[in-house]
Amino acid sequence: MSNGDPVIETRKVSKYFHDPVTAQVLKEVDLVVQRGEYASIVGKSGCGKSTLMYILSTMDTDYEGELFLDGERITGLSNDRLSRIRNEKIGFVFQFHYLISEFSVLDNIILPGLKLGRFSRAELEERAMGHLRTMGIDHQARKMANQISGGEKQRVAIARALINDPLILMCDEPTGNLDSRNSAIVEDIFKRISSEHHRSLLVVTHDDELASRTDRIITMDDGRIVAS
Amino acid sequence: MAFRLLLGISSTLLRARLRQSIVAAVGVTFSIAMYIALSGFMNGLNSLLDGLILNRTPHIRLYNEIRPVDEQPLERAFDHYSAGGNAEAHHFISRIKPKGDEARVRNALGIMDALRKDPRVLGIAPKVAAQVMFNVGTIEVNGAVNGIDPKEEDRLLHFSDYLVQGTVAQLANTGNGIVLGKGLADKMQVGLGDVVQVTSIQGDRTMLKVVGFYQSGMADFDNVQCFATVSTVQNLLVRPRNYITDIQVRLHDLTLAPAMAREYAARFGVDAIDIQTANAQFETGSAVRNIISYVVSIVLLVVAGFGIYNILNMLIYEKLDSIAILKATGFSGGDVRTIFINLSLIIGICGGLVGLALGWLLQLVIDRIPFKFEALPTVTTYPVDYDPMYPTIGILFALITTFVAGWFPARKASQVDPVEIIRGK
Repeated sequence: MSNGDPVIETRKVSKYFHDPVTAQVLKEVDLVVQRGEYASIVGKSGCGKSTLMYILSTMDTDYEGELFLDGERITGLSNDRLSRIRNEKIGFVFQFHYLISEFSVLDNIILPGLKLGRFSRAELEERAMGHLRTMGIDHQARKMANQISGGEKQRVAIARALINDPLILMCDEPTGNLDSRNSAIVEDIFKRISSEHHRSLLVVTHDDELASRTDRIITMDDGRIVAS
Repeated sequence: MAFRLLLGISSTLLRARLRQSIVAAVGVTFSIAMYIALSGFMNGLNSLLDGLILNRTPHIRLYNEIRPVDEQPLERAFDHYSAGGNAEAHHFISRIKPKGDEARVRNALGIMDALRKDPRVLGIAPKVAAQVMFNVGTIEVNGAVNGIDPKEEDRLLHFSDYLVQGTVAQLANTGNGIVLGKGLADKMQVGLGDVVQVTSIQGDRTMLKVVGFYQSGMADFDNVQCFATVSTVQNLLVRPRNYITDIQVRLHDLTLAPAMAREYAARFGVDAIDIQTANAQFETGSAVRNIISYVVSIVLLVVAGFGIYNILNMLIYEKLDSIAILKATGFSGGDVRTIFINLSLIIGICGGLVGLALGWLLQLVIDRIPFKFEALPTVTTYPVDYDPMYPTIGILFALITTFVAGWFPARKASQVDPVEIIRGK
């Protein structure tokens, strides 16, 4: 895999939880995700897969080892710098949609874009409408975020994650709250993002079906990567 | 652009908790309104009461105290005699009595010309004081007639504030006109247009026509004092045009009075007294009233501040999800802090502005409440000071309190760890 173009890379990342007793949840994890790769992390509950993803997300800075994103060493950067990097290079989809209910669907999507300031509001709205259209919910754009269904909310969250053209999309149990029909829709969307836009995706999941559709399955057990 | 984005998020979050936000803003509104109304009223009253003394009193008064000469002429001769070695001599003449036109300021017209040229002087009003008798039927009533320059007296010493009937112009334009003290007029049972007979101490009689009544609220004063023009009183006393007993000086800057009084006394060879020496204690009351109005307003604002603090805390607790996603999608801790401080400031500014308007309305209402004040017959409603300083301080107070009240919750929000929130779900 050394011949590729790594988007994200960890070197000997370890992580400890101290409450209630000190326990090592990640044990010198080395992981490389290539540009355009669609990978999933699977494993038993408590194996450290979510913990690893939050370290990769740059939101959790309390770890040992090194983290590289797009060739840049991330470890030890200031919080403001990390915010900027997340804004520009990483898109997130969580189990819960985290839409802000006081904003319209469209405003929720373009919020990270307005923060980045690379595009004007009009351009962002156009891009957001494009994403909504490919997901089949463009008719809901002007509704308030709390007026649409759960499956639609998750699709809006995916559109929000894509608004700044991130290098990598990180997802934590993206189908965990969805019924099978909506799960299937989300799986299709991910597949399309990967194949059509050649964007990197890293999905943490329990859902074997979702994992089976990814290009690469990284299996974790007890804080270590056991297969990838 | 970045700030406008944060401001937009703030106002959207505010709309989510509109009712509580309005309640918080109303707290600010009331405290600001109360502060403005209270301060305006307190200070209106203060300046009214201070004015009783300040407006009527010249900043410097030049006069000539009647006193014996410091050195009796005979003593000079004795010093000379003693120096010749004749120590046994003694004289029995104790003093030469004060005599002649002692009460008048010497070279008054020359001094007045010099004062008018002094740039520190706002204006001067000459005065001729005369002790007189009023003939009422068969008895005589003591009185004092002050010869004044009505226009200058009004400009500098607010003479018209104390006129219950008649005008300054009438006094100035009527030859042999007189304004009687209200108490004296009641005693003499005279009305406007009546003629009173006045006898000077020297025995000269003059007929004067009543053109107005004067009321200061101090009975002793109103039972005795009367006003006429300078020339009327000079005629009454059979004195020349340069007979002036007092020169009243108003300055641009009150604080210069003591030093200037000393300067004039030395320069013109007259007695001079300044307002601070004449009225030393009147400022204490104003200071105490000011402190009270500030304390009340600060207490109100602190209470309003706690209201805002509560609402923001609640809002932040409710919006932890939103804060987490904002931070996850690239908003920094500083951005989140700005959002919540903005929120607090929006409440403060809206509440404060409404408070300004309400305070102003309250001032207008107070200004229309009837108020009878013996000492100032021209005052009919409660006095209000519309000094723009109070609204300015009020809105500054509001901004500072809401900023401080918003700062702590906002800092808490900025420290929210998104991982904890998101993993907790």
